[in-house]
Amino acid sequence: MTNEFDPVIIGFTCNWCSYRAADMAGTARIKYPHNVRLMRLMCSGRLDPTFVLKALAGGADGVLLTGCHPGECHYLEQNYKALRRVKLLKRTIAAMGIEPERVKLVWASAAEGTFLAKEIGVFVEEIKALGPLNWPQRAGINGIPVHQPEIEEVPA
Amino acid sequence: MSENGKPKFAMYWAASCGGCEIAVLNIHERILDVDANFEVAFWPVAMDAKYKDVEAMQDGEILLTLFNGGIRNEENEHIAKLLRKKSQLLVAFGSCANEGCIPGLANLSPMEALFETAYHTASTENPEGILPQYEYDVPEGTITIPTMYPVLRTLDQVVDVDYYIPGCPPESHQIEAVIDAVIAVLKGEAELPPKGTVLGVGTSTVCDECSRKRDVKKIKQFVRIQDVERIDPEICLLEQGILCNGPATASGCTALCPAAGAPCAGCYGPANGVIDYGARMMASVASVIDSRDPDEIDAILDGLVDPAGSFYRFNLAHSLLHTGQASWNGKGS
Ligand code: SF4
Ligand code: SF4
Ligand code: FES
Repeated sequence: MTNEFDPVIIGFTCNWCSYRAADMAGTARIKYPHNVRLMRLMCSGRLDPTFVLKALAGGADGVLLTGCHPGECHYLEQNYKALRRVKLLKRTIAAMGIEPERVKLVWASAAEGTFLAKEIGVFVEEIKALGPLNWPQRAGINGIPVHQPEIEEVPA
Repeated sequence: MSENGKPKFAMYWAASCGGCEIAVLNIHERILDVDANFEVAFWPVAMDAKYKDVEAMQDGEILLTLFNGGIRNEENEHIAKLLRKKSQLLVAFGSCANEGCIPGLANLSPMEALFETAYHTASTENPEGILPQYEYDVPEGTITIPTMYPVLRTLDQVVDVDYYIPGCPPESHQIEAVIDAVIAVLKGEAELPPKGTVLGVGTSTVCDECSRKRDVKKIKQFVRIQDVERIDPEICLLEQGILCNGPATASGCTALCPAAGAPCAGCYGPANGVIDYGARMMASVASVIDSRDPDEIDAILDGLVDPAGSFYRFNLAHSLLHTGQASWNGKGS
């Protein structure tokens, strides 16, 4: 047992680019830290800010969103919308005392497996430097329980 | 049932402003229907009552309790639990009990800051700098006041709630409709809705009830309403760059505020299907900003001076995050 902080990061990836990039990294046996749990969206524009808040409120230390490079989204403009959502979300969580750096947006094409693996490594280091967020423990202040998101069973 | 055979009714206020009580009285002569069909067993604002009278009641003796206000201190929690036990139907009444409302916004600040503002700022005359003490010794003994909690919780974060009636305060016509429905149930003419139902709201959003004209929502700049020289009386406020919470808010008020030229602040709470109110607002607002350039987007977002306070004005205590970090470590706003 080591006491080193091992962050939990939720990663939302676009089906057409970064999910494939991550897949490629795997096929090419490029190592990246185990901390990121990747979840596939059809497009970065599908990211509802609710997903990010639910992740943070449920115990994640950081959230990564990856999408196609500007101009290359398969649904035209949606990655620009994702960019605006992430920017706005960062401002709101900052006002609530959460470091905005805990949420990060990275563009990565399907060919950029090596790049994506490197970016994941960078993000894990950034989150390690910030330390644990521990929202579920800390939001239940002085033993007063608060509403926490329910864990949904998702059929495989 | 009481001696006169009428079922018992209670109304209580916890951390709230008192507006919900006024709203109930504001149904004018319809309040007589409440009196004709219920015995008012406990309603501290309207009549004298003692907590011990409620404590002496049988469990479930009160048929209907409207509970307004959030849970901010020991006393609020005690009475919430007591009324839960004594009531067959416990209704979270008004935005504070449902979502935290304005008192819930204090979850963004540490308790010391709240006391500082309440007791040591210009609006309070307190030359000796006196602060309330939880315990105080007097010749007759020690007196205590309820301890305050570091954050406000909504009613359903503390006890089981049967029904929800949102609004700050709930609109008269909605209260009347709910009272009519309850009376119909009492007379055996109708059945209770399923537990957990949100009553006195529409199924859509404030935008849907709003008569302002919508064209293409494309925003290049946000403006605060006090800085706008002339508000167009017909066009959607959001399209005029005024942050309006209509897209995320449950219908039911007949879109009062935009009709009067003020943006919806969101007092009716999340529309059907919305999990996190602020998240829905952020999604909507980001969608209508007309820019692809990172720097320009930042410049446009600078126009939203208080994102947490605007997106969670009524809903912070019931949001996914529930509180700001400052409530426990002084960091943040
Ligand atoms: S955003 Fe506001 S002004 Fe525009 S339609 Fe919706 S409620 Fe009406
Ligand atoms: S328009 Fe919005 S803020 Fe105004 S009463 Fe209706 S729900 Fe409340
Ligand atoms: S399809 Fe990849 S970001 Fe839209």
